[in-house]
Amino acid sequence: MSRIKACFDQLKAAGRGALIPYLEAFDPDRATSLEILRGMPGAGADLIEIGMPFSDPMADGPTIQAAAIRGLKAGATLRGTLALVNDFRDENQNTPVILMGYLNPILAYGPEQFCIDAEAAGVDGLIIVDLPPEEADLLLPFAAANKIDVIRLVAPTTDDARLPQVLAGSSGFVYYISIAGITGTGTATPEQLEAAIPRLRAVTDLPIAIGFGIRTPAHVAAAWEVADAAVVASSLIGIMAATLDEQGKATDKTVDAVLYEVRTLAAAQ
Amino acid sequence: MIDVTETTAPQLANSLHSAPDQRGRFGEYGGRFVAETLMPLVLSVEQAYAAAKADPGFQKELDYYLKDYVGRPSPLWFAQRLTEALGGAKIYFKREELNHTGSHKVNNCTGQILLARRMGKTRIIAETGAGQHGVATATLCALFDIPCVIYMGATDVERQQPNVFRMKLLGAEVRPVTSGAGTLKDAMNEAMRDWVANVHDTYYLIGTVAGPHPYPAMVRDFQAIIGRESRAQLQESEGKLPDAVVAAVGGGSNAIGIFDAFLDEPDVKLIGVEAAGKGLDSGETAASIERGHPGVLHGNRTYLLQDADGQIQEAHSISAGLDYPGIGPEHSWLADIGRAQYVGITDQEALDAFQLCTRTEGIIPALECAHAVAYVAKLAPTMRKDQVILMNLSGRGDKDILTVAHHLGVTL
Repeated sequence: MSRIKACFDQLKAAGRGALIPYLEAFDPDRATSLEILRGMPGAGADLIEIGMPFSDPMADGPTIQAAAIRGLKAGATLRGTLALVNDFRDENQNTPVILMGYLNPILAYGPEQFCIDAEAAGVDGLIIVDLPPEEADLLLPFAAANKIDVIRLVAPTTDDARLPQVLAGSSGFVYYISIAGITGTGTATPEQLEAAIPRLRAVTDLPIAIGFGIRTPAHVAAAWEVADAAVVASSLIGIMAATLDEQGKATDKTVDAVLYEVRTLAAAQ
Repeated sequence: MIDVTETTAPQLANSLHSAPDQRGRFGEYGGRFVAETLMPLVLSVEQAYAAAKADPGFQKELDYYLKDYVGRPSPLWFAQRLTEALGGAKIYFKREELNHTGSHKVNNCTGQILLARRMGKTRIIAETGAGQHGVATATLCALFDIPCVIYMGATDVERQQPNVFRMKLLGAEVRPVTSGAGTLKDAMNEAMRDWVANVHDTYYLIGTVAGPHPYPAMVRDFQAIIGRESRAQLQESEGKLPDAVVAAVGGGSNAIGIFDAFLDEPDVKLIGVEAAGKGLDSGETAASIERGHPGVLHGNRTYLLQDADGQIQEAHSISAGLDYPGIGPEHSWLADIGRAQYVGITDQEALDAFQLCTRTEGIIPALECAHAVAYVAKLAPTMRKDQVILMNLSGRGDKDILTVAHHLGVTL
């Protein structure tokens, strides 16, 4: 059984929602991002999303744009990001890791080789922002052959007629983009989520994660109320970035600040 | 016995106009690589455009504005003094710089603004490099009283001050973009971020033959009037097709516009002139086809300047309008199948051609089309005097005089 399925099965049995914190690979440097990554499961992360830095993150707001720039400056490459996951897997075999990013670096790497290497490194899922179902055949066969889930994205603009097409052949979980917008900006109201999630439930039995605009324990709790998981990204990166020195380097507060916030979010009721 | 020629011949005879296919692909280029939030909107633009295209009323309305507001048809000018100075093929300029707003960009803006109105959109956004597309968009938005926001790289805001002021006079809000190198690529990123956050009321008026399907095909269709007119005008003055068609290529809309009417004429050479910047191998270039590799950016698969890890590289050109690390997908396809040829012209060659064109023809070309002039200056002397070069003079250069003065060491 895949790590993602095992994780959600376990949480369901325990009657709990999943917390999915996000970090950007190599942000602000490789060692610090690896330390944050290694600390996240102990702080309450159920699954972990790792951003693959890209020069032109069109769906991201200023916070994740800055994270990508720091990561690239610190030498992030896809190969380096896979090696980071590999190092994490030396100590942790259970926590699912999902890589999130944009298509072009994967095309440059070669989609088939990337999926082979990602599986070997211990990656469980991929979220590719600019790969809608209409173009997904570029990646899906190779991901499937290597038992990697390609997580489908559903947006508020995805209407009921389109939903089945978006979710056809999906696996792992479904990621609901809770607002029409970029990361780190608006937050959906509980009423909006209550209206949106049943639309998805009618079409899929997979667990549903909610992302975009989730910043506080209250937001996490609201997501768990209607869905199965909450993704927290920009606010964690913002907290991390606030600890950096004037040169953008990590300080002795950096890792602790992020893990403290993950603990706070994981304690959401 | 199977006659091979018999079965393959119809395929060879297929028109290049059959592209793009249902998925918006020109060969392996194009497509719709956008976030799911935008996907339904991109599909609705496609449907709305298909409906408009099939509606004679839409074409009639477009024709009216193109004639009485834009000033079409634009003249075809025999550049006699330049021809004599170069001593080879006869050179004709398609005078797109005489359009209202001073460039070919207005052809596309007029078409898309009419489409946005049909779709009931009440807010327009656009990206701009040199400011020509921004000015054309702001102009049409003023005419139709629609609020508009123009994203422009901060570097370009600096080097294209006259156009920034024009846009503001026209009532547009110009938002400088500081991410990346602050040029056209970054402006396009920011416009896409705006679009994804305002899908309910906003129409993204893309200025070139790039972006997700249907934009590359739609913008081509709106610019194809350049080639249609040129072909008829040249038929009248020379009684034949041109031997070569030359146009500058950034995203590639003016080039596609003039190429389109000649795609299925194999004897007409099509030449796109990329900005080589400081040289094709200087590391500071904007020549996507000559120095790039296929990849995905801004909604389409096409040739891109990128590093081995798939990170997009900054382009460089003296011309803000060509300063982009990608190119429209149809150009990538035409390059691969060998139907069009792509060459590079450096900043310095463009500056020299800018002055040559100004002094011989009394026409100040935009720095973008000065690249085309520079290639014509190389090509014409190698051709016979009875041969004809058709060049798209796609924009006027008034906006560039400060940049040119700076590079010539003149203080104004």
